[in-house]
Amino acid sequence: MTLTEEPRTTETAQPEIGRARRRKEDARLITGRTTWTDNMVLPGMLHLSIVRSPVAHARIGSVDVSAAREAPGVVAVYSGRDFAEEQGSLPCAWPVTPDMVNPGHPSIAVEEVNHVGEAVAVIVARSKAAAADAVELVDVDYAVLPPVLDMEQASTQDTDLCHAHLESNTSFHFVFDAGDAGTGGDTDEAFSGADVVVSRRFVNQRLIPAFMEPRSVVVQPQGDNYTMWSATQIPHILRVMLAMVTGVPEHKLRVIAPDVGGGFGGKLQVTPEEVLALLVARRLGKPVKYTETRSESLMSAHHGRDQIQYVDVAADREGNVKGLRVRLLADMGAYLRLITPGTPALGAFMYPAIYKFPAYRFELKGIFTNKTPTDAYRGAGRPEATFAIERIMDELAVELGMDPLELRRKNWIKHDEFPFTMVAGLEYDSGNYEAATARALELIGYDELRAEQQRRRESGDPVQLGIGFSTFTEMCGIAPSRVLGSLSFGSGGWEHASIRMLPTGKVEVVTGATPHGQGHETAWSQLVADKLGVPFEDVEVLHGDTSISPKGLDTYGSRSLVVGGTAVVKAADKVVAKARKVAAHLLEASEDDLEFEGGKFSVRGTPGTGLSIQEVALAIFAAHNYPEDVEPSIDADATFDPVNFSFPHGTHICAMEVDTETGMVKIRKYACVDDVGTIVNPLIVEGQIHGGLAQGIAQALYEEAVYDADGNLTTGSFVDYLVPSAADLPHFDTDNTVTPSTSNPMGSKGVGEAGTIASTPAVVNAALDAVRHLGVTDIRMPLTPERVWRALQTGGDGGDRAAAGTTAYGGASTESTTGVSTPASNPGGIS
Amino acid sequence: MIPAAFAYARPTTVEEALQAIADGGEDVKVMAGGQSLIPVMRLRMAAPETVVDLVSVSEMRGVRDDGDALVVGAMTTHHDVLVDPLIAEHAPLLVQATETVADRQVRARGTFGGALAHADPAGDLAAVALALDAEMVIAGSGGRRTVPAADFFVDYLTTCLEEGELLVEVRIPKLRGEWGVRYEKFNRVAQAWSIVAVAAAVRRENGHIAEARIGLTNMGSTPLRAQATEAALAGADASAAAIAAAAERAAEGTSPTSDLNAQADYREHLARVLTRRAVSAAAGL
Repeated sequence: MTLTEEPRTTETAQPEIGRARRRKEDARLITGRTTWTDNMVLPGMLHLSIVRSPVAHARIGSVDVSAAREAPGVVAVYSGRDFAEEQGSLPCAWPVTPDMVNPGHPSIAVEEVNHVGEAVAVIVARSKAAAADAVELVDVDYAVLPPVLDMEQASTQDTDLCHAHLESNTSFHFVFDAGDAGTGGDTDEAFSGADVVVSRRFVNQRLIPAFMEPRSVVVQPQGDNYTMWSATQIPHILRVMLAMVTGVPEHKLRVIAPDVGGGFGGKLQVTPEEVLALLVARRLGKPVKYTETRSESLMSAHHGRDQIQYVDVAADREGNVKGLRVRLLADMGAYLRLITPGTPALGAFMYPAIYKFPAYRFELKGIFTNKTPTDAYRGAGRPEATFAIERIMDELAVELGMDPLELRRKNWIKHDEFPFTMVAGLEYDSGNYEAATARALELIGYDELRAEQQRRRESGDPVQLGIGFSTFTEMCGIAPSRVLGSLSFGSGGWEHASIRMLPTGKVEVVTGATPHGQGHETAWSQLVADKLGVPFEDVEVLHGDTSISPKGLDTYGSRSLVVGGTAVVKAADKVVAKARKVAAHLLEASEDDLEFEGGKFSVRGTPGTGLSIQEVALAIFAAHNYPEDVEPSIDADATFDPVNFSFPHGTHICAMEVDTETGMVKIRKYACVDDVGTIVNPLIVEGQIHGGLAQGIAQALYEEAVYDADGNLTTGSFVDYLVPSAADLPHFDTDNTVTPSTSNPMGSKGVGEAGTIASTPAVVNAALDAVRHLGVTDIRMPLTPERVWRALQTGGDGGDRAAAGTTAYGGASTESTTGVSTPASNPGGIS
Repeated sequence: MIPAAFAYARPTTVEEALQAIADGGEDVKVMAGGQSLIPVMRLRMAAPETVVDLVSVSEMRGVRDDGDALVVGAMTTHHDVLVDPLIAEHAPLLVQATETVADRQVRARGTFGGALAHADPAGDLAAVALALDAEMVIAGSGGRRTVPAADFFVDYLTTCLEEGELLVEVRIPKLRGEWGVRYEKFNRVAQAWSIVAVAAAVRRENGHIAEARIGLTNMGSTPLRAQATEAALAGADASAAAIAAAAERAAEGTSPTSDLNAQADYREHLARVLTRRAVSAAAGL
């Protein structure tokens, strides 16, 4: 290899942006031959296992660890009392009201356990097996307290308390009133004068993020320095927070998120296990590893959703919406984690969606229960809002006798009305709802489906057909730091990038947006290849290590491309500007006479002259000859703080078959057209949409975290927590319209959560459309066949499911890792 | 998800296997594919002293023609069942049901005999064995005995296998005459256990239903036959009305559980609907 490879010819080069490149990181990710945290092996490394509470609510009497300490291979066993003085409280970075009540969140329970799965003891052993074997030797004496499990009951006066030292189970009461904010009219007036008011109670069930790679953490002490590897979405935030929680100074702490196998918000957290691993490593001065089992992950990694939504909409007879009122109860679970309160509060700004409500009021109560804490899960507040508004728009359409799409058209923002300031105060930057809807109708074959629906109704076919819409938007590109400040969020929303030009002309891009499966390495390489005019293959993207990528705010909220990608682009612009000075010097020309195209500086009007940016990189490395007034480097960095969110939107249409004899629902067709602004890599966009749809459909049809009357997680394994596979999902007809965002120079809007946010209400609306003529007005999610059948038989929303798990595996739901087994879980004559 | 420590034996003959079981101590588990046993050991819901792995007992694998019956070795994998020409010809109901078992990976390792001896009422194959009047050939220290499927399944995860015994093969009588079959499985996602399933084999004669055998999956602590429906169908018209009327009795004598997929009354309803569908399809309607 020579140092001056021939730069590629520019005339024929295809732009990288817009190219459906296969992801460069996938080979190592899908073969597992990479740095998953659990693959880490360090000399002398010890292994942790965690003894977890099998009861939902109890005072801890004694914790007898003596037998476990004697077990083969065990080095140490700690209970909560051993760390009581130094563990601090896990952080909650989003106090949504000034008087929010935070009970504090120990990483390991000391006096009281407040949910099944809470850590009560930690075992340190020489092998993972030895650590697992000792778990059942720890004897914990629990004085059981009544569990608080029903959020509505818990929000009243007539309730037991989740935390005895608090006055109520209510953490906070958050209100946004557009009238008070000056962004809308008086809501009560709007309702009292309305022709039509429709009110509904929706249940947004509890979900489990169920990322593919279980959480794992390794800590290595080196003197008074600590390096932590963790399967986290947020190495940068984790470092700051760990320093605050444990007192290990920030500059003595290095956090590395190596390759991370999915998160969906579930790894947007500072976890008890991370803190415990650090405390144990500090105590023993030895490297330690903890990797959770899937059972532990389902039981104790944070959950998502779990809101009860009371929604009122007011309109006139012609279908013009007049007001929207939302009252939410949000289940916090037992504790406040990183953004537990902020997740439902973020929804405040999304309920009005794309509709021009003149008045709007939002009230939210955060309620404690003796369940696993909730926090961010793909969409985080926005799916809940979108579900409620898209469901109630259908209900309003029924009430008015209008076509549901016609009602939406009547009230949505027209494409020529952007930018548009919404009643919730946000300024929507761009969009074209008409175009996306027209294309989606075409994709799904709308008229034929309606005709078939009519035929099935007329013939009384046991299988009925329904069509459901979701014309959604979301706020992405989280976030303008000043806006986050106004919402009392504990951090800003900027992102950082730097670009290092290596002597051989290769390029290192350092990003603060840490990926966990999204394909940043590919997309960022495409951005930089275009900007610098270097081959895609010449770009390496570095991330996830606070020593390599010292500044960043990580990946969540569909922010990476919009905020982090923009920082990359801005850094690249600076590199070109610096290189231009050097090139002008070397070409003995004025900067103003230089053109930069296809990676090459050339003197205007002087064919044959020129210097590639990769050659400039070598020249400035040698630094034998460069301008007097610059430093010998063309490296650059940039920090981008957006001035506004971006607002992807789209139209999703679901056609659903409902077998009225069994209640089984089956998606017949699904079409969606998403406008995510400028698309850098269409393959990644399509993949994100597909995965997002799978998760949104899963909420509608399959997934629900169920607790029994004692507070045990019934859905404690994938036998009962149903995550659909490709075999359970339909073909997706997807397309895009492109209305560039005006919030960032690329015009991108974000795509990570779109499919999830949009699809859930489309699916439920479709099922209801199929059976509404049979008297069904609501079906609670997930739409289990039994619920659909019961709603058909007896009305209502299908009711509660039985809380017992299936008997497969002998009923794994009753199991916790303490080795507690019940007579029902004894698997008899298994062979 | 690490099992507790256990001793492991891998015999190569039935005789060695029986010896290994006898020598294995207090709590021996026989592993016949491990698709149920390994997960419960990993969850530490089972912690056997010894695991006797039958994977190398080659005499227990394969299908042979024995005149009026097929003989299926207990260690024949689900995959092998699916590709076996004898089973395709003489026991297509078993093929239909086996196609619905879990996923490709499980079917590659899981075995027919293992599934039957596990006796999970939500498992698909027990109801098929029952509907086909299969016979279980059991080896023990005192020799071999043969037990009809109807007597084999005793309770939830419990068979008539005594300590020290081994299910070695399953005899499936060939269906003679004009039979139609159908396995109707009802579940929420593809790889899941049946919420309810119905295995139906129907023999037609001169436009009538001469005989119907109906096995029910997950309608009680063991697989069951829908006896009232079978009786109502014997000699009935092969008509939609007659089948529908008979299927209304499919849940008689069942005692299904309630769990988060289905409460008992809904399971009973499903049994009726699925029986109607399975019998109709099997009868060629």
